[in-house]
Amino acid sequence: MSSDQFFGLYNYWIVVFLMMTGFYIVIARKNMIKTVIGLNIFQVSVVLLYITMGKVTGGTAPVIPPALAGQHDAHDQHDTHAAPSGHTPAANATAANETVDHGHADHVTELAHELAHELTHDATGDAIHGVTETAGVIYTNPLPSVLMLTAIVVGIATTAVALSLIVRISEDYGTIEEDEILQMDRRQ
Amino acid sequence: MFVSVSILTLLAVTAIAIARMRDLWAAVMFTGIFSFLGASWMLILDAPDVAFTEAAVGAGISTFLMLGTLALAGKKEKPTTASPIVPLLVVGITGAALVYGTLDMPHFGDPAAPVQTRIEPGFVEKSQHDMHGLPNVVTALLASYRGYDTLGETAVIFTAGIAVLMILRRDPEDCDHRVTQKSASTEKKGRSS
Repeated sequence: MSSDQFFGLYNYWIVVFLMMTGFYIVIARKNMIKTVIGLNIFQVSVVLLYITMGKVTGGTAPVIPPALAGQHDAHDQHDTHAAPSGHTPAANATAANETVDHGHADHVTELAHELAHELTHDATGDAIHGVTETAGVIYTNPLPSVLMLTAIVVGIATTAVALSLIVRISEDYGTIEEDEILQMDRRQ
Repeated sequence: MFVSVSILTLLAVTAIAIARMRDLWAAVMFTGIFSFLGASWMLILDAPDVAFTEAAVGAGISTFLMLGTLALAGKKEKPTTASPIVPLLVVGITGAALVYGTLDMPHFGDPAAPVQTRIEPGFVEKSQHDMHGLPNVVTALLASYRGYDTLGETAVIFTAGIAVLMILRRDPEDCDHRVTQKSASTEKKGRSS
C-alpha cells in the first residue's frame, strides 16, 4: 500500500465507512425511527460517493464566470449573425454589458489561460483532453451533481412516506419497537 | 486539505455517535448535523448545487419531518438486549468487500477517470451554446438535457405526497369502528374477569 494509493482512494474509504455505519444502524437497531435515520445516513454517503467521483483536481464548480459567459454569448451572436432574429433585446443587453466589462473580461481570460497552462503541464500527456474545459477553465463534472440532486429529492419523498407509516403504526400498536410489534402480532 | 480532513473526521464521529445514541431527539439533531457536514464537504468538492439541496432538504425538511414523527410516536429508544456481534460481523464483511472493490477505482480528482472521459464531455460548451449563455451548467442539465428525469422526480414527489395523506388520513367511520371494537374488547375483559 503506497501513500499515493492511500491519498488517491481515501475518499472512497471514508464513504464506505459512513455507509457501513448507516447499514449497522438499520440492521442492529429495532427502533423504527432509528432505522429511518440509518437509511438517511446511507443515502447521504451514496450521494457523497457520486460527488467525489465527479471532482477533478484543479477544477472549479461548473458555473461559468460572468465574464466568460458574456464572451460566449458574443461568439454565439457572431455565429447567428446571418439569422434574421439575431437581435433580441436580451442579446443586446448582454452585448452592452460586454462592452462595459471588456477590460475586466480580458483580464479574467488571461488568468484562466495561465491557470490552464500550468495544469496542462502538470497533468500527464493527453489525459487533460478528457476533462470538461472551456476557455481555459477546468470544470468539475456537472453530471454527478445533476443525478444526485434528483436522488436527494426522491430520498426525502421516501423518508416522508416511511415516517408517516411509523406514525400510523404507533397509533395502532402504541409502540415503534420492531420486536414488541412482532410479539403483539404473535399473541393475536 | 486541513478543512477537508476535519470535516471528514467530524462526519465519521457524528455517524458513530448516532449509532450509539439512545435518545431519539438527540439522534435526529445529530442527523441534521451529519447532513450539514456532508453538504460542507460537497461544497469543497465543487458541487454547490447539491450542497444547497442537501442543506435545505437533508438538514432542514428531513429533520423537521423526523421531529414531527417523534412528537407523535415517542422519544425514547428501548435498550436492546440482543448482542451487536452478528450485525457488526455483517457490516464488517460488507465493508471489507466494498473497500476491496475500491482498490482499482480511479484516484481522487483524476482527470483521466472514466467518469470524466466516457460520457461525451462537452456539456459545458454545449450548454453555453444551447442555453444562450446560462452560467450554471448544472441547472442547464437538470432542467433541459435531463428534463424528463426531473419530470419523473416531480411525479415521485407528488405520489409520495398523496401516499402520506392517505396513510395519515383519519376516516371518521374508521375511527368509530375502532372505538366500538375497543369498547367491545374491554367489555369482554370485564365479563371474563
